[in-house]
Amino acid sequence: MTAVELGTEGLERRLARAERRGKLRAFLLVAPLLAFVLLSFAMPILTLVRQAAYNTLVSANLPETTALIADWKVDAPVPEPLCEALVREMHAAKEVDPAIPSRIATFVNRERAGSLSRVKQVANADIKAPYCAGLAALHDDWAQPDIWRALKIVAPSFSPRFFLQALDFRLQADGSIRSQDSNEALHLMLFRRTLLVAAGVTLACALLGFPVAYLLAHVSLRVSNMLLIIVLLPFWTSLLVRTTAWIALLQQNGVVNDTLVALHIIGEKGRLEMMYNMFATLVVMTHVLLPFMILPLFSVMKGINPNFTRAALSLGATPSTAFWKVYFPQTIPGLGAGCLLVFILAVGYYITPALVGGQSGQLISNIIAFHMQKTLNWPLAAAIGTILLAGVLLLYWLYSRLVGIDKMKLG
Amino acid sequence: MKTIANLLLATAATLAFTAAAARAEQITVVSWGGAYTKAQTEAYQKPWMAKTGNSIVSADYNGGLAEVKSQVQSGNVTWDIIDVEPSEAVSGCNDGLFEKLDLTKLPKGADGSDAKADFVPGALLDCAVGTIAYANIFGYDSTKFPGAKPAKLADFFDLKTFPGKRGMKKESKVNLEMALMADGVAAADVYKVLATKEGVERAFKKLESIKSSVVWWEAGAQPPQLLASGEVTMTTAYNGRLFTPMVTEGKPFVIVWDGQQQVFDMWAILKGSKKKDVAMDFISFSTSTQPLADQAKYIPYGPTRKSSAPLVGKFMDGKTDMAPNMPTNPANMGNSLVQSVSFWSEHYDELNERFVSWIGK
Repeated sequence: MTAVELGTEGLERRLARAERRGKLRAFLLVAPLLAFVLLSFAMPILTLVRQAAYNTLVSANLPETTALIADWKVDAPVPEPLCEALVREMHAAKEVDPAIPSRIATFVNRERAGSLSRVKQVANADIKAPYCAGLAALHDDWAQPDIWRALKIVAPSFSPRFFLQALDFRLQADGSIRSQDSNEALHLMLFRRTLLVAAGVTLACALLGFPVAYLLAHVSLRVSNMLLIIVLLPFWTSLLVRTTAWIALLQQNGVVNDTLVALHIIGEKGRLEMMYNMFATLVVMTHVLLPFMILPLFSVMKGINPNFTRAALSLGATPSTAFWKVYFPQTIPGLGAGCLLVFILAVGYYITPALVGGQSGQLISNIIAFHMQKTLNWPLAAAIGTILLAGVLLLYWLYSRLVGIDKMKLG
Repeated sequence: MKTIANLLLATAATLAFTAAAARAEQITVVSWGGAYTKAQTEAYQKPWMAKTGNSIVSADYNGGLAEVKSQVQSGNVTWDIIDVEPSEAVSGCNDGLFEKLDLTKLPKGADGSDAKADFVPGALLDCAVGTIAYANIFGYDSTKFPGAKPAKLADFFDLKTFPGKRGMKKESKVNLEMALMADGVAAADVYKVLATKEGVERAFKKLESIKSSVVWWEAGAQPPQLLASGEVTMTTAYNGRLFTPMVTEGKPFVIVWDGQQQVFDMWAILKGSKKKDVAMDFISFSTSTQPLADQAKYIPYGPTRKSSAPLVGKFMDGKTDMAPNMPTNPANMGNSLVQSVSFWSEHYDELNERFVSWIGK
């Protein structure tokens, strides 16, 4: 008995060991990809999110100023030690790296326009005690509280101000939050517009892509291969060529309008405005993103057994009932995958809308690119990007609750 | 035997080549591509390479400093020189992305004048040296206005006398100054006015008056296309972009120089460039009198040195005089503005936010 027991125990242990080895081997095979994804995808996103809320530029280079200004009440006069610390530490920072004072100045300038040269000056000017009077002599702005309040806002390492700004709020020096003046409020409107455009494009892609995918799945292989090439054609064309082609088609003196006029459907005066507006954005984006809808739908439809529909018909269902009750539900995984793909890609599109969308062509991604490239305000770009990412993840979660992510088929 | 001799010869040649390559330096110069890079290659790069034996790798970019910032921050600097606009030159300098330049190394003008005096005001910055000035102008299609022709900036905003759509760049810069000048503000006072709340309101009010007729453009290639297709009757543009179809394709476009706004293109050296000295040598060479005058043969952009102006000759077609097409031509400078870098470096964030939000309403 004991021998048998020992035997099974040994066998179990050996099995477990073999299994562990198999798991390890599988993990080692996956490891390079995992490392790649972590390094090239997760890490940058995390640093991005961190950058939006955490920055030590001021607190590390002007530590004493940061501590003193935190205690300063925004309505009280600026105390002499604070002036002294600012002057001394700005000069010290300049010795470490001449670019630091101007970087700090850029930070302050974002909270109060017109502060850039004032703050830079401090590092270059020879100021003697009493320092507050010296600063005021440098420029009258230093005798006013506004520039100090701006400095107080940017000093802490942790700050929610970029997230607030991304949602059209501004952090005040006393810690309160006010909403952005209505003529400068911008981001919420753009978030809303971006989501609407993405939803519109997704809907248009679904409506146009479904019949095409159905056709592709139900013709002979030779024809379907030909048609697939046509579907994929936009992928092989340069973005700018594609966009310019649409401009040539849709503009007031473009091909479509000329044809309509020649056919006397519209008069010379009644040329349609189809370019540089929301319509153009939707048409061009739908064209570009359509393959992402067709391909998953096609692959799912290919796998649907035609006997199901035939059976339904032979049991007396009308063609429309057979389609809606039997065929359509089986395409949901493909439709869901297509919608998700198109929507997420559409949310990030910005060059095409900017070129063809006229004044409606500005989407939230344009602002992100603008802050990344032009103003170098990376924390703000990161904050907007984080919010966008959170929004997309939320939609993804909703989708997985409603449709079920395990049911999704990408191809 | 012959094979061995050949082999030896080849080895010797390779060695000699490697030795020469070791002496000669290679730098990477990044610019905007197209006709503009071609002009730079012909006027600056080729003569400099012939003179020094160094070589240049040319790369294109689409503006913005994101790439520069990531190179400098990661310490992996592969670009040496970049062609930037003044606003980027200043914000990059403030952010520590560019080297501070030793401007005393710039050669004297051909007429013997000191470099500092030879460059037009604003063309020399701490971190950048201006090479050319281009202009933001407006142009129209002359066939669309058979009677009176637009001649001044205010005509752009006059929809009654000059009906039709207007093309404008989707950008706060240029448009706000243009609105104020068209509203009667003198060029010298534009930035003083724009720094006040009332001035900003005034500029937006002027823009509002034509907003419903504006087609907003994004890329420099769009304005000539918008004019040619008849989508707009008038549009703002970079002067070089309208010049090319006018001269090479004979398009009936007319440039209005009244109220032109000049912007420089400038060389800057990336912070941490390993070939800083070679790069500076190239900048000194290319911004000397003759090369700056030579580039005007290929593209109608004005040299930033006063001593270059008299040397500007004909366009590469051999018959078009370039001088009258230069933004820096005195006859075109009657009512003109040099875009203020210091103003925009302090007010860009704020005004652009307002502008984008205004455009979307």
